[in-house]
Amino acid sequence: MGIGSAQPAGIAGATAAAAGTRDGVRELTYSQAIREALAEELRRDESVFLMGEDIGVYGGAFGVTLDLVHEFGPDKVIDTPLSEAAIVGAATGAAMLGMRPVAEVQFSDFLTIAADQLVNQAAKMRYMFGGKAKVPLVVRTPLGSGTGAAAQHSQSLETWFMHIPGLKVVVPATPYDAKGLLKSAIRDDNPVVFFEHKLLYRTKGHVPAGDYTVPIGQAAVRREGADVTVIATSIMVPRSLAAADTLAAEGIDVEVIDLRSLRPLDTETIVSSVCKTGRVVVVHEANRFGGFGGEIAATIAESEAFDFLDAPILRLGGKDVPIPYNPELERAAVPQEADIVAACRRLMRESRRSGVTV
Amino acid sequence: MSSVTQPSSTGAPLPPERLKHMYRQMRRIRCFEEAVDRLFQQGLIWGTFHLYIGQEASAVGAIEALRSDDYITSTHRGHGHCIAKGASIPLMMAELRGKETGYCRGRGGSMHIADLDTGNLGANGIVGGGVPIATGAALAIKKRGWDRVVMCFFGDGAMQQGAFHEAVNFASVFRLPVVFLCENNQYAMSMPAEKGLGSTDVVARAAAYGLPGVSVDGNDVLAVYEAAREAVARARAGRGPTLLETRTYRLRGHSKSDANRYRTREEIERWRRRCPIMRFERWLAERGVMTPDDFEAVKAEVLEEVQAAIAFAESEPDPDVGQLAEGVYA
Repeated sequence: MGIGSAQPAGIAGATAAAAGTRDGVRELTYSQAIREALAEELRRDESVFLMGEDIGVYGGAFGVTLDLVHEFGPDKVIDTPLSEAAIVGAATGAAMLGMRPVAEVQFSDFLTIAADQLVNQAAKMRYMFGGKAKVPLVVRTPLGSGTGAAAQHSQSLETWFMHIPGLKVVVPATPYDAKGLLKSAIRDDNPVVFFEHKLLYRTKGHVPAGDYTVPIGQAAVRREGADVTVIATSIMVPRSLAAADTLAAEGIDVEVIDLRSLRPLDTETIVSSVCKTGRVVVVHEANRFGGFGGEIAATIAESEAFDFLDAPILRLGGKDVPIPYNPELERAAVPQEADIVAACRRLMRESRRSGVTV
Repeated sequence: MSSVTQPSSTGAPLPPERLKHMYRQMRRIRCFEEAVDRLFQQGLIWGTFHLYIGQEASAVGAIEALRSDDYITSTHRGHGHCIAKGASIPLMMAELRGKETGYCRGRGGSMHIADLDTGNLGANGIVGGGVPIATGAALAIKKRGWDRVVMCFFGDGAMQQGAFHEAVNFASVFRLPVVFLCENNQYAMSMPAEKGLGSTDVVARAAAYGLPGVSVDGNDVLAVYEAAREAVARARAGRGPTLLETRTYRLRGHSKSDANRYRTREEIERWRRRCPIMRFERWLAERGVMTPDDFEAVKAEVLEEVQAAIAFAESEPDPDVGQLAEGVYA
């Protein structure tokens, strides 16, 4: 997308025009759903504005904000200097004065550069000021591997931020949730880190036209099942659903939970599912060592679901390596559908539950 | 673009009431800080704090150039800015005592006092951490179409931080209504500015950002006021940020743990003779604005005010541990 291809015409309708229908159901890509949420919130609330690197005419590194500058202008869709600490810090300061900035950090790896502003400033301000400040800030940022961008542009650092009280952490897996959760994030009075997966940007799904929200902190049961609970986020949700299809053919009935938010965490949905199935696999792209799978495993072990476990809790996560460049290596570094299938089979094999055969 | 000004001789004359107010503010800060030090020695204040003693002219001169609806961001050495911007001394004292009725309900302590009602967006425990926040507040002001200004305080140490560069460049790019005020007190903890900065000409950096830079004697409250007044007027008129330097000195250690091993008694003594309050007293007396009796009266009044604050803080309730988790989220 070069400057010459800037297209000012009919932008308000651009996202609508891009919507397809399938069996009479309106469909958007994940990327379009995010853009639609941004556009609707910009129209709804004067205090909302976007800022980030190359989000204007260029449309953002992944094209998510494409054409928004033409409808809303450069004061609402601000191309900033290449300065992540200043972007997130300025968003924090603006939020303190009642604005609702949506900052884009071009790759979530670059959150490390803005970490002071997010972790030490935005997250703690309300508490350390005695409950007086409000910081209604959203940081949108893409995570994940699968694009050949290698070690500094492919990480999944969501666990870092869910560790911090004062932040909310959202990891949508579907276009529907991307739109509804982003709207909730923008309307939330707390700093929210909104992780988008690069490989999901082009995936399609049902997205209603017009306004709706998805509450932060509520998981979704994507598929009901009786034998194994697979707890996933982001790109691991479609991989888990595909694995569940494969396993269904073998007679293994998998329940897939999409956490959608990591903080607040919907412990209730997790625990009640595990009470039902007695077996659980937690799968995420973030490094397994120190990843949020450990937190979820411990949450289950500390809950009433412990008594229902028929097998050890399994965690699948990224290998303990930086994300490599070579596509074979890259795929091997993070869980794939086959790994989820294998983990569920193993749980069924090792299950101590009587009467279960695989 | 940078220049060294001596505005106490060139600036517009201030009416006597404002001069007296500035003097009182400096005395209130000094008296508060001496009380804090005393209470710490007595074991009544816990944790850490960073005393502003010796730098009073910087906060008072700069904030005198602001309106009450303007904003400041402050630093770990923030008591002076907080008082000058109009905070309640009893509520500050209650916070330092960790009380439920303190500014931060006892959750913040010295390094995190904010008073949003008076436009104080907060002290900051991270050196340089407030500079991007000030920039963002200025961005919000511009978006709202207000004619307010943000005064961003930081020290020579912050100029060694990356966030400073990012935020000042950002503010310059968007011509935001913010004044960047470096209180150069010569030391980043124990690191002398001449060792921690590639050039001690800190306002020379302004040119690199396309900004005016002005350096003043930070112990001359009127010089600070005059330089701040010009920078604030410029920001308010939509002409963008200014980088100001107030050259000053902290007479006490960095924090309670400082044994002053990195500087000499002679150096401290030299700066003690340049005490901003004594200098201002001489100036006020020479011009007949105030008399020595007036100074004594102000000192007695602020001492009484601070003692009342100490008594207030003493009688206030401690936080309830049952409410530990309150206030993390809105």
